[in-house]
Amino acid sequence: MSRESILAAIKKNQPEQQALPDLNAFRRTGPGDPAAFRKVIETLGGQVFEISSYAEIQPLIAEHQPDAQKIISLQESYLPGAMTEWETGDGGRQYEHVDLAIIPGQFGVAENGAIWITDVEIKERVLPFITQHLAIVVSSQDIVPTMHDAYAERIAQPGGGFGVFIAGPSKTADIEQSLVLGAHGAKSLTVFLYSPKA
Amino acid sequence: MEHQHKEHSLLAEEFNANEPRVNWHDETLWWVRQKRDKMAWTIPEWEDLREAASRIKHNVLGNLHDYLLEFEKNAQANGAVVHWAADAAEHNKIVLQLLQEQGVKRMVKSKSMLTEECHLNPYLAEHGIEVIDTDLGERIVQLAKEPPSHIVLPCIHKKKEEIGELFHEHLGTPAGNADPKFLTAAARQHLRAEFIQSRVAITGVNFAVAETGEMVVCTNEGNADMGAHLADVHIACMGIEKIIPQRKHLGVFLRLLARSATGQPITTYSSHFRAPKKGQQLHIVLVDNGRSRQLGREDFRNSLKCIRCGACMNTCPVYRRSGGHSYHNAIAGPIGAILAPNLDMKEYADLPFASTLCGSCSNVCPVKIDIHQQLYKWRQVITREGYTKKTKAAGMHAMNIVLSKPGLYKTAGGIGRWVMRTFPAVVNNGLNPWFRQREMPEPPKESFADWYKKNRKQ
Amino acid sequence: MKVGLFIPCYIDQFYPQVGIATLSLLEKLGCDVVYPQGQTCCGQPMANSGFEHLTHGCNELFVDHFEGLDYIVGPSGSCVLHIKDHLHVEGKEQAATHIRQRIYELAEFLTDVLKVDHLKAKFPHKVGIHQSCHGQRGLGLAQMSELVAAPFSKPQRLLQMVEGLELVELKRTDECCGFGGTFCVFEEAVSVKMGKDRIADHVNNGAEYITGNDVSCLMHLEGILRRQKSDVKVLHIAEILNSSI
Ligand code: SF4
Repeated sequence: MSRESILAAIKKNQPEQQALPDLNAFRRTGPGDPAAFRKVIETLGGQVFEISSYAEIQPLIAEHQPDAQKIISLQESYLPGAMTEWETGDGGRQYEHVDLAIIPGQFGVAENGAIWITDVEIKERVLPFITQHLAIVVSSQDIVPTMHDAYAERIAQPGGGFGVFIAGPSKTADIEQSLVLGAHGAKSLTVFLYSPKA
Repeated sequence: MEHQHKEHSLLAEEFNANEPRVNWHDETLWWVRQKRDKMAWTIPEWEDLREAASRIKHNVLGNLHDYLLEFEKNAQANGAVVHWAADAAEHNKIVLQLLQEQGVKRMVKSKSMLTEECHLNPYLAEHGIEVIDTDLGERIVQLAKEPPSHIVLPCIHKKKEEIGELFHEHLGTPAGNADPKFLTAAARQHLRAEFIQSRVAITGVNFAVAETGEMVVCTNEGNADMGAHLADVHIACMGIEKIIPQRKHLGVFLRLLARSATGQPITTYSSHFRAPKKGQQLHIVLVDNGRSRQLGREDFRNSLKCIRCGACMNTCPVYRRSGGHSYHNAIAGPIGAILAPNLDMKEYADLPFASTLCGSCSNVCPVKIDIHQQLYKWRQVITREGYTKKTKAAGMHAMNIVLSKPGLYKTAGGIGRWVMRTFPAVVNNGLNPWFRQREMPEPPKESFADWYKKNRKQ
Repeated sequence: MKVGLFIPCYIDQFYPQVGIATLSLLEKLGCDVVYPQGQTCCGQPMANSGFEHLTHGCNELFVDHFEGLDYIVGPSGSCVLHIKDHLHVEGKEQAATHIRQRIYELAEFLTDVLKVDHLKAKFPHKVGIHQSCHGQRGLGLAQMSELVAAPFSKPQRLLQMVEGLELVELKRTDECCGFGGTFCVFEEAVSVKMGKDRIADHVNNGAEYITGNDVSCLMHLEGILRRQKSDVKVLHIAEILNSSI
């Protein structure tokens, strides 16, 4: 009902149009720096392991997440033998009991440590949030310098119904500005930065 | 004049009764401002980025009509249902109806300043529906039955001991435990239970992209995602000014938002909601509530560029020393003071005066809103419209008469340094507010004009 | 070069020594200074309180007094900024525009117009600079800490020319002192708290004097210092730049 009146008021009151700025000057040429990417994630409270083969994932998890019992690995190759899916039939609620989810990331952003993930890969959207701990596998070839490069090169158009940049574990500083990792989402973030040996 | 709330100056005075606490509040927020500075300096093109953001938003204001239609069309094509609300009441009604259709009595909500502005929670409570705020800071103030005091840091005014007590009372944590880590873990447990049982989730919206019909929601905690992905019905409430033209513009805003807000390179989660998941309903409520009116006020329309980062509050020397609640409005601080008079000029007539016009807010604003200039302009409008106290108006008229007549000025000055006596008198509270905590300047033997006449005969 | 001396009302009434220092400094530097008698106020106290519409009288007086001069110089960033931003008089718009373009705050006049690069002044004390907001953020007397931009400070450059003067570093280089025109009385509690905090920063860093380009802010800080019975004094920058051996 109000639609027409709101639109009419806006049309009457909006100022003259102005051109959009050109964003190309903000772009960087060349690939993003994996070392910078790694550094930001660490400052955000995440852990980064550089690996040259997926076979390195299993021992790293055994060493650093010894308590992880229920593990889901969305790609079989990351962790042979782990569950690759779990049809919970309850909209993902039971994923609450997952200790560690290992998921693929499409690409990372060097300037802020963010990793792009969509529901095309993860299927159940809530998984990377509800799992107790999260691990993301991303290739060191897939690092872009800035957010401008991310949108221009990688995600100019949405793929899937949901996409998210994840940068570090969930956190809060709402209590007296003291940083606490593990608010509502995953309590920790591990990134496996994958560069196959040439 | 009858007001629903005490004025800012009185609330600020109450806040200042506890000086150590003011110091703590000031230092905490100043620390956030410093984190912001540090982050900004890591980006050499920072000022250009602000300029670009401001220009994108300007383009939005000039095309808002078409962008909203484009957004609506694309959102519908994505499978969302789009609702339009002219004001807070209509917004609340739409949400209530959706909840009643679902038959829910309890549901989760992530941070949304818009729903604060519309007073959604109390409205739903009246209709027997309990809203659980899931942002930790918002949950804390909700348990304390207080409004948020800051748009990004809702419980920045609370000490951890007070939060420990609240949790002890409401969540059953051990008395006396005020460890932030422990309390956060307790809240996590408590709220996970809420997420899991909630069939409806309300979220706010940081950016809505006309080109794609998608909405971006930014959180550090992951609460928006926990709510929205688990619910059968996701209701996203947004002001109509949240539109941006294209997906690529997100690059600019996501670079600026968290750096300005908390000095992080980006929020932990920047979630792009385009289509509802299978079997889920997605409702988007587009709310005007005075925004189209503000759009027509040439001097004030820039306030609609705001991306709610809170940087202007963190830097504001008055906000830091008066606390968010002294602004008696959903949005406090400098930006609140230029938005509120558009909603109710009489009720918020005091807010544009709660500033020294130092201009720091305009300098940190990532979309370059001329906040302090708008404060100045609101003062003129509020005075013209007659919302200034009579005593102040009388004082100003008296001052004007003296200052615009050199002869009168001279005598008035001569008989007792007139300016100093008139200034405080316009407040008329029986005390001389200059003198309460400050000495008056010692009157010199002669004025400069007198000295000049004697010493530089022309 | 004919320079009109603009002495704002509260300097005239309470701090004549600042006017005298400004005048003598400009004269020392070779300016032909006139002080138009009968000047009162720039109108800022009213305008900032929401009564800009009452300032016609002040504006007309101002134009009458300062018409036709090469430059207008005043020892107050705040009043100068007000004139620069708001001086308009119907029927005398040309003169008003000339004034708006030609009015300078003292420090910027020294650095930008007179291009002063040395001074014969001596002041062997530890001094903290209070950057008043209107001079700094409004007139651009110094770089603003909020911006990602190269630092500079005109008052600092001038003070560094003074023999024996040692500048103290502050924790917060450009936070407002809380004077804010009528804010200082309408919002007394916050105003005083802001002033106290500014003072503490100077005192903690060893300042014996607090100087600045706006007497209004200094008057507010002095009021608090004197109530605290502090030994720290305030001086307008003109008084330091004009202080000789
Ligand atoms: S006005 Fe600017 S600084 Fe303040 S909250 Fe809005 S965007 Fe941030």
